[in-house]
Amino acid sequence: MKRIAPYFKSEKLPLILLTISLILFSIGITLDEPSRVLEQAWQICFSCIGIG
Amino acid sequence: MEFYRKWFQFLAVLITNSYWAFPFTKAIYQGPFKVVCAPGLNCYSCPAAAMACPIGSIQQMLLSVRLSWSNGQTYLALYLVGGMGILGSIFGRMICGWACPFGLFQELLHKIPSQKFGIPRVLRFLKYAILALTVFILPLVVVNEMGLGSPWFCKYICPAGTLEAGFPMLLLQPGLQDIIGTLFYSKVMILIGFVIWSIIASRPFCRTTCPLGAFYGLFKNAKMVKLVLDETKCTKCNECHPVCPMGVKFNESPNDSDCITCLRCMHEGCQFGAISLQLGGIQVHSPDIRKKQQEVAP
Repeated sequence: MKRIAPYFKSEKLPLILLTISLILFSIGITLDEPSRVLEQAWQICFSCIGIG
Repeated sequence: MEFYRKWFQFLAVLITNSYWAFPFTKAIYQGPFKVVCAPGLNCYSCPAAAMACPIGSIQQMLLSVRLSWSNGQTYLALYLVGGMGILGSIFGRMICGWACPFGLFQELLHKIPSQKFGIPRVLRFLKYAILALTVFILPLVVVNEMGLGSPWFCKYICPAGTLEAGFPMLLLQPGLQDIIGTLFYSKVMILIGFVIWSIIASRPFCRTTCPLGAFYGLFKNAKMVKLVLDETKCTKCNECHPVCPMGVKFNESPNDSDCITCLRCMHEGCQFGAISLQLGGIQVHSPDIRKKQQEVAP
C-alpha cells in the first residue's frame, strides 16, 4: 500500500486517467455507441421532462 | 476575472443550445452534432439543445442494455463514460464553474437580494449516492416485463430537464398539456424548490444533487487544470472562505472535490499570492500581488 499511495498522488495520475478514458472512449466508438447516442438524442425524452 | 467567466458561461450556454430554428420547426434538433455530449448539465430534449446530455445518455443506454444485447448490440456506455473521463481528467469540476448552463442559472438566481444561508457540509455526499443509484444502478437493475428500465435521475429528479425541456416543449407542442400528470407537477415542485434554495444559498444543486458534478469531482486529485496552495505564502487569514460559491475552505482543503476552479479565491480572496492556477503541474497564472497591495493600501 505504501508503494501505491505516492504513485496515486503523482503528477502522472491525470495522464493515466486521461489515457484510460481515451481507451474507453475509443472502445465505445468501435462498439458503435455514438449512433445509439444519436438515436436517443434525436427523440424527445418524455419521461425526462416529466411527461408520460 | 469574474466578468470573463460570466461571459464564458453565457457563451457555453449559447454553443450548447445553438439550435434557434425550433420556434419554426416546433421540434428538437436532429442533426449530427447531437452525437457530442455537452460538458455541463443540459437536457437534450431542450428545443434549442444542439448536443446530448451525458447523464441522460448514460441512463438511456443502460436502461435498454438487455434489449440491445438481445439484438446483438454490445452497448456499455463506454463512449459516454470515456468522454466524461477525458473532460474530468483535464478540467475536473472547472466545467461546473465555466460551462454548465444550470450552474449559471443558479448563480444568476443567487444575485437576487435576500438573506443568504450556508448549506450543511454533510449534504455534499448526497450527490455521490444519486450518481451511483439513479444514473447507474437503478436504470440497469429495475426493469419492466419487457426488460426496459427507467431514466431515474431524469425522470424523478432533474430540475434542468423541467426548466429547459418541460416548459418549452409544453409551449411548442400544446397537445402535450393534455397528458401531463403527477410526475410533471412533482418535477415542477423540485424545480421551484431549487430556485428558492438557489436564491438563499449558493449553487445548492451543484453542491448536493448534481450527478455530473459528482462524477467530475472524482477527479479532484487527478485533473490537469487546478488551483494550488503555496503554504509558505498562506497566512491562514481565511479570506478565501467567504468568496467561494461552493463553500470550499480552500486553505484547509485545496483538493476539495467541490472546487469548481472559478478562480474567485485567487482573485478576490487571497491577498498574498498563495493561490495559483496550474496546468499539468506548470504554473500558468497567479494574481499580481503588487496590484492587490496597491488596492489594499490606503
